[in-house]
Amino acid sequence: MTMLSEFVAGGRRVAAHRPAPRAVVDAATWHQAAQALGDERATLFGLWGERDAAHLALLDDGTGEIAVLSFACPDRRFPSVGALHPPALRLERAMRDLYGLVAEGAPDTRPWLDHGRWPNSRPEAAAPYDFRPAEGESLHRIPVGPVHAGIIEPGHFRFTAGGETVVRLEERLGYVHKGVENLMADATLERSAQLAGRVSGDSTVAYAIAFARAAEAALGVDAPPRALWLRALMAELERLANHFGDIGAICNDAAFALMHAHTGVLRERVLRAADVAFCHRLMRDGVVPGGVARDLSPEGSVAIRATVGEVRRRFPALIALYDNTASLLDRTVGAGYLRPELARQYGAGGYIGRGSGRDFDARRNLAYAPYDELRFTVPKRGDGDVNARVWIRIREVEQSLDLVDQILARLPQGATRIELPPAAGACEGLGLAEGFRGDVLVWLRLGGDGRIVRCHLRDPSWFQWPLLEAAIEGNIVADFPLCNKSFNCSYSGHDL
Amino acid sequence: MRKYIFEGMIRRPLTEGAPKPGDAATAELARAVEGAARRRLGRSLSIRAVDAGSCNGCELEIHALNNAFYDLERFGLRFVASPRHADVLLVTGPLTRNMREALERTYRATPDPKWVVAVGDCAVDGGAFADSPACVPGGIGAAVPVDLHIRGCPPRPTDLLKGLLALLDAQA
Repeated sequence: MTMLSEFVAGGRRVAAHRPAPRAVVDAATWHQAAQALGDERATLFGLWGERDAAHLALLDDGTGEIAVLSFACPDRRFPSVGALHPPALRLERAMRDLYGLVAEGAPDTRPWLDHGRWPNSRPEAAAPYDFRPAEGESLHRIPVGPVHAGIIEPGHFRFTAGGETVVRLEERLGYVHKGVENLMADATLERSAQLAGRVSGDSTVAYAIAFARAAEAALGVDAPPRALWLRALMAELERLANHFGDIGAICNDAAFALMHAHTGVLRERVLRAADVAFCHRLMRDGVVPGGVARDLSPEGSVAIRATVGEVRRRFPALIALYDNTASLLDRTVGAGYLRPELARQYGAGGYIGRGSGRDFDARRNLAYAPYDELRFTVPKRGDGDVNARVWIRIREVEQSLDLVDQILARLPQGATRIELPPAAGACEGLGLAEGFRGDVLVWLRLGGDGRIVRCHLRDPSWFQWPLLEAAIEGNIVADFPLCNKSFNCSYSGHDL
Repeated sequence: MRKYIFEGMIRRPLTEGAPKPGDAATAELARAVEGAARRRLGRSLSIRAVDAGSCNGCELEIHALNNAFYDLERFGLRFVASPRHADVLLVTGPLTRNMREALERTYRATPDPKWVVAVGDCAVDGGAFADSPACVPGGIGAAVPVDLHIRGCPPRPTDLLKGLLALLDAQA
């Protein structure tokens, strides 16, 4: 019996929760689970609250086994997981802000998403934010944001520097909190699916897939095979577009604009092909619970093939350009080093984890359809710097091109959408998708009327943002944009 | 690198022809622009993008304006790093309560004459997030005066261009 199934067996199993098991556990099992996270015998996959319960999702990296443990807390207090496992801290602070649940024994109780500006803000959230001190001779502080110099999302960074070297970075996020989960409460599946696709614009497909899979799991249905393959096609196009954007933007932040110009062209080609194939450049609202909104047209297929051909012709020369430009490598090699221990501890997904040795990709480790039938490899490196994260993206572009080819060649015929059955009583589902940035997790509970009772969306950035604070230490302030871009965490996905 | 630079000289550019300024945008702007601003700024505008709670979708398409296909700078339009250098604030998002003060301060830091362009469906009236208590009711216009709305979720780069060109025409 595995450790996770023992945790589940130690509690009261919730029947209508699919596909992973969920159990309501006592304080002792909850504590054991937190201890297992702290000892790195399991990976923290999610931690969220509702009115009278805290939920903890755990992942076994090796086997891909997932379990959800719930702690009933009618008094709105639960034992802190963050006290034993720091990656849970910000999640617990957000639970306090959004659901009023108090993590007892947590070492950090500062408000997080609540800036004291909501109608129902906690009074203490309005006080000036208590940034952690850094003391030493000649240290100075540099406040940056929330409005940044570039065309990017808002967030505040508080640097403490000694000369040019960053001694400490502390992030302050929450500026783009839109209350998405709150809006989903009591909303229809259709409306909630649209909201899920608007959590993080660059990962709209990944979110829509994770949400649709959670809804389908709750209702106990499967989308038709053709729909699953078309979802994967969209997901790979999204990955390609984002990776091209990122590779160029990272080089641009090292003042190498030539790469940015060329990858920008490739990105635009992918978006235009997506527009022809799925009637939207970002493929927003293309994935719906029950299948996909529209089938792939013959012209769409032609456009995607042409784009893949064009990318295959152009991209190798760009890889060579990156690899042969010493002045560029001088900036990326060694900058923003993320220690593999931290990537493992935080369960960092995507290129951040894989650049620092964490060998996890939901497409392979959790092998959801159609990836269980597709051939691809997951690149991994151990050098953990900006250069490593660029190379992971380069290798993933190559894999995604192959995946697009395979999907187009083997796309099954048949229906692209099923009618969803009415919910037979309350039911719950867990859905996952590997976005370009990492694994997106969606958990939802449907009421007997088919409306959402509670939905939680966990962006991969929750476990990546804190690592940026560690990776920037010892780098010069001027390298922050470069390091930050190589992480490219989501603000909107994190702030919700 | 030399090869790329050489190719850049002999290959035809990817840049596409300019779209016509949007009719709706032209009509909306006819009210907004006065003569003094036209004389002062000519046919050139500096733009400062402010994300007031967007999902980042609009930012991706605003970024695309700088790529070789749309090449925004050929029109005399460019993105600047500070509101103090800007003539236009390009504001996205439904306006979260947590971003309201930052947007207002950015607006106040922008010298007159200035325009505000609200980008995306949620910037108009909150869009998909309209009923959220975490957002300011009424979208961007509730905090700063908006001169032009460019709709879309997100608007295509061509739509963004049409709106910005109308702004240029209106004040040229």
